Amino acid sequence: MAKVPVQFTLNGTEKAEFIDSGTTLLHALRDKIGDTSPKGGCHQGTCGACSVIIDGELRLSCLTLAETCNGTAITTTSGLSEGGVLHPLQRAFLDAFATQCGFCTPGMIMAAKVLLDHTPTPSRDEVVEALSGNICRCTGYEPIIQAVLTAARSNSQHAA
Amino acid sequence: MELRKNYFADQRKDDLHEIGQPRPRSDSPGHVTGKTAYFADRNFPGMLHLKMVRSPHHHARIRSINTSEAEKHPGVVKILTAKDVPHNVYTILILIQIGPEDETVLADGKVRWKGEAVVAVLAETERAAQEAAAKVKVDYEVLPAVFDMEEALKPGAPVVNEYHGQNYYLYDSGECRKVRFGDVEAGFAGADHILEQTYQSSPIEHAPTETTGCVVVPEGNDRFTCYTNTQAMFFTLDNASIILQMPGSKLHFVGGTVGGGFGGKVDVIVEPIAILGAKLTGRPVSFIYSREEEMQISSPRAAEKVVIKDGVMKDGRIVARKVTGYTDAGAYSRHSPYGAQKGAGHYPGPYTIPNVWIDTYCVYTNRTPSSAMRGFGVTIGDFALEVQMDKLARLIGMDPLEFRFINAYRDGDMKAHRQPTEGAALIECMQEASRAANWPVAEKYLAMSSYTKGA
Ligand code: FES
Ligand code: FES
Repeated sequence: MAKVPVQFTLNGTEKAEFIDSGTTLLHALRDKIGDTSPKGGCHQGTCGACSVIIDGELRLSCLTLAETCNGTAITTTSGLSEGGVLHPLQRAFLDAFATQCGFCTPGMIMAAKVLLDHTPTPSRDEVVEALSGNICRCTGYEPIIQAVLTAARSNSQHAA
Repeated sequence: MELRKNYFADQRKDDLHEIGQPRPRSDSPGHVTGKTAYFADRNFPGMLHLKMVRSPHHHARIRSINTSEAEKHPGVVKILTAKDVPHNVYTILILIQIGPEDETVLADGKVRWKGEAVVAVLAETERAAQEAAAKVKVDYEVLPAVFDMEEALKPGAPVVNEYHGQNYYLYDSGECRKVRFGDVEAGFAGADHILEQTYQSSPIEHAPTETTGCVVVPEGNDRFTCYTNTQAMFFTLDNASIILQMPGSKLHFVGGTVGGGFGGKVDVIVEPIAILGAKLTGRPVSFIYSREEEMQISSPRAAEKVVIKDGVMKDGRIVARKVTGYTDAGAYSRHSPYGAQKGAGHYPGPYTIPNVWIDTYCVYTNRTPSSAMRGFGVTIGDFALEVQMDKLARLIGMDPLEFRFINAYRDGDMKAHRQPTEGAALIECMQEASRAANWPVAEKYLAMSSYTKGA
């Protein structure tokens, strides 16, 4: 099968690959580029574990064809910490015990980041709504909601 | 919530420096940075993908299997059937001498549940494996199936699993696990009230966010490294060793973080066939359940049926309890004979009852094999017996919590399965619960202790 080229930035770094047409962004990231932070929990758009940020928008990488991402800027959870310092969301997830098995965590953090980027001080309802596409089978969600609210508070203190 | 510290004050130290302190978990930094390595995060050059051809029938004889079209499909490297598996008939608990071996790795001559693995296809890509699997032709003769436990136990029901010969697990105690304590009929005869109720549950899927799977790599030294999300590492290694007739020293199992298990990843299903595939092709093999397989194929918690008959006195004492429990193992044993046995010991609950009669059956049906899940064997039983406790309290017009104080087991009480009660602490738990939940009980119950009878 003829390969197609794809080129985008991943967490600020230029990436270029030749892929089979029809390859999902999830497979391209995990199996070609080697960023395994997005997880495949269903490969059918129902669990949110594969969530990434494309040009500022939350996307399910299992339902996104890699070849449609040419020229975009993609962010994944593996690119959030800077110089070994955790992003406030990562810190809050850690402190709030918002991870158990951790499989949903990278996707949750992506969804939370897009929320806080658009709505820096969300209400609890807005947090619940923003995470509603992400399934967690371990934590019961409450610590995750608290982590996002805590990160939002620390952000606003930081800005003040 | 502040819990009172006067319970068991003589047995506790107050200079604990870990308990009550928030301590970071060692694995969380990996989780929040995406660095934690799950089995599927391993990718190897030349890795093959395994897909299963599964039975579309609940119960059928296999007349023939034709793989010739599938073999020609581009990208297909190897196709495995029952004859390729060195020791095809196995059972997980054989490691602790609980037989007979009753399950096939790949179906041989017969399928006993809808979804059973029949043929394994290994191909260069997932897509090629999937497409080729669709080209495998299996000729089935559909047999009558049985889905209901009571139907399965009736004479003349279709026999689900010939390795057992009858539709129940044969314990050393006979057709069921039995507990006999006191004289249950005399207890009923002397009771003020009798209440008999039936409780039922459906199978429950664990639905972990990460699906079941493994990645196997043939190493240069003739060994196989198996990256797996099993929750039962050595059970899996030892069973793989039996199934493959390969010494355990040839198998290097690498576990680590499981992306949600809840008991759903303790069966030995994906590893042996993936290792066999790696052995016969000399290439790394990945076998990962799709979400559909996780929901439909992986073992659920067993469906259960529990019939509880209690004799109770007007003053609140339960004087007799008779329980018949049924655990739906599905087509194969897996961990269910053990689950049903646990129920037998558990049905009196944390209560002291002088006359007890318990029978628990592990029943075979043509449903998806069930297995472990969080407290299997006792969880559904707890639901049933605590609902029964509320109904009994209502029957005699008593507060449900006070009713439990009256029947609570205390240190020194003999349990129906002949284990003396030690370190019960149930009375104290309920005292604290009554306070914390603001559900007041009479003063005499607050004066009770697990250490002493009476009062
Ligand atoms: S893997 Fe994309 S939503 Fe589940
Ligand atoms: S922590 Fe396990 S799925 Fe969320």
